[in-house]
Amino acid sequence: MTTTTLPRVERLLPSGPGGLTDPGLSGHLALHGPLTVPPRHDQAWSEALLAEVAAAGLTGRGGGGFPAAAKWEALRRAGRRPVVVVNAMEGEPASAKDRALLAWSPHLVLDGAELVAALSGARSVVVCVADDRDPSARAVRLAAAERSAAGAIREVTVRRPPARYVTGEESALVHWLADGDARPVLRVDKSVPLRLGRRPVLIHNAETLAQVALIARHGAAWFRNAGVPDAPGSTLVTVSGAVHTPGVVEVGLGTPVDEVVGRCGPTGPMAGYLVGGYGGAWLPPGMGSTPLAPGPLARVGATLGVGIVVALPAGSCGIAETARIARWMAGESAGQCGPCVYGLPGIAGDLELLAAGRADPGAIGRIDERSRSVVGRGACRHPDGVARMVRSALDVFAADAAAHGAGRPCAGRHAPSVLAFPAPPALVGEAS
Amino acid sequence: MNAAVAVALRVRVDPVACEAYGYCAELLPERVTLDEWGYPVVDGTPVGADLVDLARRAAAECPRRALLVEAVARTR
Repeated sequence: MTTTTLPRVERLLPSGPGGLTDPGLSGHLALHGPLTVPPRHDQAWSEALLAEVAAAGLTGRGGGGFPAAAKWEALRRAGRRPVVVVNAMEGEPASAKDRALLAWSPHLVLDGAELVAALSGARSVVVCVADDRDPSARAVRLAAAERSAAGAIREVTVRRPPARYVTGEESALVHWLADGDARPVLRVDKSVPLRLGRRPVLIHNAETLAQVALIARHGAAWFRNAGVPDAPGSTLVTVSGAVHTPGVVEVGLGTPVDEVVGRCGPTGPMAGYLVGGYGGAWLPPGMGSTPLAPGPLARVGATLGVGIVVALPAGSCGIAETARIARWMAGESAGQCGPCVYGLPGIAGDLELLAAGRADPGAIGRIDERSRSVVGRGACRHPDGVARMVRSALDVFAADAAAHGAGRPCAGRHAPSVLAFPAPPALVGEAS
Repeated sequence: MNAAVAVALRVRVDPVACEAYGYCAELLPERVTLDEWGYPVVDGTPVGADLVDLARRAAAECPRRALLVEAVARTR
């Protein structure tokens, strides 16, 4: 059992005396303090906010990890007034942070959207909530109505794109907003902003905007009081799997993985941690001390992703769980690019046979080869994420993979899966 | 700093447009091979003067116009 050594951070999801509830606009302002947003373009104010967010070192919390302020700089060169898009799609099945934010702090997200709109000259904000997330959409509409009644001038609309994994990818999201087609688009030059009609799009994850709202109030130095110098600030992490209280926790970036899991009450010894999401990477239990921050995670082949840790209990089969993820992710492909369309089901099929102890001798080599081959060959990074997750599994569960490859499956494949799926895929032989 | 920047060419695949006709690997084997499903795997190293015409022809012959010959800035 790990003891928590870092102070608790309660910035994004402060628990009042009544626990976590949406405090409404007046409660929100009482809790976080008032917010000044200039009604029309104010150069000095914009420069000051940009400088503050840059000094804070805020990076995007939607998986890309791109510096927020650099995104705004790039947009300045685009000329026209942008449209601000709030990405609250949360297509990662193991993530609940955007839902948590919109349920408990919708005004913090809308504060951030309003600040970014004012800074960039945008007159409207589009909040994207998946079409199967009615409570989140209701919370945003309610909060937007409260703000508009209180005099907010920028229009906030809620759009409901289809709940698919890739819909949250930003080019897919903007494609859907523009044409109703939720498939990613090849971007020849990623430094060129996406467009909605003739307007450039400024798109941020919901948590990133909530962080902007806090930085605008309390400043860069305050922001950096949490986290570590290389990865400042706090972040929301969704912890699930073998823990007593799965859910969303707020931690300083750089908190060790096993300490984050420790907050949620681990049920016993672990077989590994899935970090970053279904396109993230497995870490062995011995690497639980890895700080949850982009740099240290990258050095061990992992990624922060959207802040996900799934704890896999000892006795589960990491290969079987990996097969389930790979199969589900293959089904979530937008179906546009050959390497993704053929590569992911091929990888998933071999993993399923491997988990069942029925793979041919070439299976492990083929999984490894294919998971290298698909990288960088899609319009989006969907295949890259699956490939990273699969390669990490072959590494972390190498002994299991070898045994299963030699025809010796483990009982762990019949253990209940710790993974969440909107529609659980069946493993080969699982139904019997 | 135009003096410090030269333009190099390289080929790239538009994976959305590509339907694995495979002509590119026939016409430009120096930079394109095919994976097990017949989709191109591109070697992103710059296309030298000796290959420029072949690269442009491969791009022009693609029925899906999925092979792109693009200029990249190369610092010297």
